[in-house]
Amino acid sequence: MTGMAAPNGRRRLVPAFLATDGSAWASRNTLDRMTVLTATGDRVPEGLDPPEHRIVTLLSGGALTLAEVAAYLRLPVSVVKVLVSELVDHGRLTVHAPLSRSGHRDRQLLERVLSGLRARL
Amino acid sequence: MAKILVAGAFGVGKTTMIGSLSEIPPLHTEEVMTTVGAAVDHLADLSGKSTTTVAMDFGRYSLPSQDLVLYLFGAPGQERFRALWEDLAQQALGAVVLVDTLRLEESFWVMSAVEERGVPYVVAVNTFPRSPRYPVEQLRQALDLDPRTPLLTVDARDPTACLRVLIALVDHLLAHYT
Repeated sequence: MTGMAAPNGRRRLVPAFLATDGSAWASRNTLDRMTVLTATGDRVPEGLDPPEHRIVTLLSGGALTLAEVAAYLRLPVSVVKVLVSELVDHGRLTVHAPLSRSGHRDRQLLERVLSGLRARL
Repeated sequence: MAKILVAGAFGVGKTTMIGSLSEIPPLHTEEVMTTVGAAVDHLADLSGKSTTTVAMDFGRYSLPSQDLVLYLFGAPGQERFRALWEDLAQQALGAVVLVDTLRLEESFWVMSAVEERGVPYVVAVNTFPRSPRYPVEQLRQALDLDPRTPLLTVDARDPTACLRVLIALVDHLLAHYT
């Protein structure tokens, strides 16, 4: 459990997965190859099935996209989506929307990408 | 971060291009598909059906000056895996459609697929040694390209050439899609 300060200064306890800025209630349908995943907490929980354990362990090393998780663990993307969905629902993983809310093809992002590409010439 | 598709018929050099750009060795994901061509979403659906596995390459290309990461996904080259496009095309900035002049017609379905999904694209002709060179206008006609769609040549083994293709794509996006 993690603490959040309420307006009057007294600490309210909320479950860890609600205190993050990621989505805790991702359903399989909102998971995408580009969804960024992080492990909640700093220890890999016990009692996980082997494939889920591997996923959480992998993500304990830092954030990865769902596609990278599938590739590194050599699991089909569809299987990883199912496993990740369950892990998110149980508060083991946090989902971060990878792209800006204003639309993935917005001018500002494209200009940044163009600058970034040109800088590599 | 952003996603760019690298599309084209089987064997046109998608993996080569991704490998030229990617800062990590290209990764491969697997997709499990049923014989009717739809990606399998529910594991329970697999029982009793014959399935096939499609491997797709992808790579990472960082833009540190902007604190951005590009992911380059190789879209499947065989038309029977067209159903995967729906998933891949979502949220893609755009696509590079690689073609080989030796078998241009194999790319037609790819171009239809990107157009149908509304994914902006550039066409890059991979300069295989044995593939004939044609004048640009002739290629544009053969591919029935919209006048605004950029057509470039590229040696997919050359990282700088591949980078120029990405730049051309983003230029194109800024000019016509924002």
